[in-house]
Amino acid sequence: MTAAKEILDAMKTHFARAAKAALFAAPVLLLQLAPAFADDAPAAAPKLDSGDTAWMLASTALVLMMTIPGLALFYAGMVRKKNVLATMMQSFMITCLVTIVWMICGYSLAFTTGGAYIGDLSRFFLGGFGDGWDQAFTLGAGSANPTVQTIPESVFMMYQMTFAIITPALIAGAFADRMKFSAMCIFIVLWSILVYSPIAHWVWSPIGFLGAGVFGLPGAADFAGGTVVHINAGIAGLICALVLGKRLGYGHDNMAPYNLALAVIGASLLWVGWFGFNAGSAVAANGRAGMAMTATQIATAAAALAWTFAEWAAKGKPSVLGAISGAVAGLVAITPASGFVLPGPALFIGIVAGVVCFWTATSMKHMFGYDDSLDCFGVHGIGGIVGALLTGVFAYGPFTATKDAPLGVNVGGLAQFEAQVVAVCVTLIWSGAVTFIILKVVDAIVGLRVTQEEEREGLDIVLHGEQLF
Amino acid sequence: MKLIMAIIKPFKLDDVREALTPLGVQGLTVSEVKGFGRQKGQTEIYRGAEYHVNFLPKVKIEVAVASDLAEQVVEAIMKAAHTGKIGDGKIFVMDIGRAVRIRTGELDGEAL
Repeated sequence: MTAAKEILDAMKTHFARAAKAALFAAPVLLLQLAPAFADDAPAAAPKLDSGDTAWMLASTALVLMMTIPGLALFYAGMVRKKNVLATMMQSFMITCLVTIVWMICGYSLAFTTGGAYIGDLSRFFLGGFGDGWDQAFTLGAGSANPTVQTIPESVFMMYQMTFAIITPALIAGAFADRMKFSAMCIFIVLWSILVYSPIAHWVWSPIGFLGAGVFGLPGAADFAGGTVVHINAGIAGLICALVLGKRLGYGHDNMAPYNLALAVIGASLLWVGWFGFNAGSAVAANGRAGMAMTATQIATAAAALAWTFAEWAAKGKPSVLGAISGAVAGLVAITPASGFVLPGPALFIGIVAGVVCFWTATSMKHMFGYDDSLDCFGVHGIGGIVGALLTGVFAYGPFTATKDAPLGVNVGGLAQFEAQVVAVCVTLIWSGAVTFIILKVVDAIVGLRVTQEEEREGLDIVLHGEQLF
Repeated sequence: MKLIMAIIKPFKLDDVREALTPLGVQGLTVSEVKGFGRQKGQTEIYRGAEYHVNFLPKVKIEVAVASDLAEQVVEAIMKAAHTGKIGDGKIFVMDIGRAVRIRTGELDGEAL
């Protein structure tokens, strides 16, 4: 009995010691194991950053403000009095239509992982949004090249939605004054799905074929949408202008803007909103966002001055419409470059964009005789191309330096320039061709253009049964 | 009674009114109008698209006065609206058949 008790006591003591030892040893052991474990893990779990998230929420609101009321006022101020409401209605309805399209499938096709050419339908109707709604989002999750973000997917989806909205709204500048409302609605829905989503995926998905690079070239550098938004909308606008034909009386009737004060307010709202567009494209509140904002302000001012002085020299008067058009041209051109270039090149890009777009919008258009009513192609298409190409020249390496590429992923030079040329050409071809096909289909279904009589009377009363006053 | 109608440059309106008040003119009617005369139009350019605007904005003044005041009124308008440059406008003088003050029913000279 005694022997048995002794054994029991010994066991108790032993276990107590062992338990104590284990309690103390465990954290130490874990600490020793931790680094080894971290090395083996693919990456630390992405963390939400409230500062980044706050900035992206604000940026989203700023970019929405660019379309309504910014672009709506900018365009409405430039058309004739009888079409002011119809023009504002286009921006407003495109905002609503694209929101729903984006929710249904646009976002999923553009920004889920999918393949090199298109995303998948895993976010169809934003399915799965309830899982991980408060987690940091990883773009291209499961692919070879995931981009870890510090904001939730809902914020990223909303931010990108505002881009998807403004892009087709820009096209409205080309078909102003003459497109049927029904035709516009169908066109915009199809265009958003068939043109915008694929191109956004090609350029901005980490595995998109233009963003990842083709022909052994570096990936195309498009910080905030030179190709995806502006060249895309610009060439689509040119095709619209060509397919729809000129406005009645183009070239001899007085088509002077109804109220340039509205256009000045609109352009100014665009300028302010553009900080959300460009600085927001850093998807973080960081130094790169600050550099993007810096470049944006400098290029815009430079382009407004360049257009104004070019016009003053060529036509005798520095016009208000010229000044605001120049500012928009500068904003467009710096869009792909912001976040890639330093202030000096931003100044240069602004000046080039101002002078070149002055020439395309005031001379080239009349030379070729197409009626791009509000210069969607002359300002957004050409300004976008100028910006995209010059981004390839001036991209400052350290902005995109990584562990694998210490000199930068996108460095200004011949290779990057060639990558930009490829991205520009692919965008022009895809957007141009598909826009043409969609227009022909819509024309067959409902007809693209109002009747001559309706066009003379004005779209406000004919399409919407209302008048400005 | 005479009705004096003057088409003048818009920015001369205040000068004309100030010149007429001391003469005892009790009221006048002003309209914003458009038209052309020898001044012809002007050219506007919007993003390279040139439009020739034929009708220029003018102000039309109508003032009804007793016949003996008419000559002074015409002279005052002429002096006040004069710049010496093309487009200063014109003055027309017409006879008035009848005048009625709506509130009281007073007639002709009483109504002016």
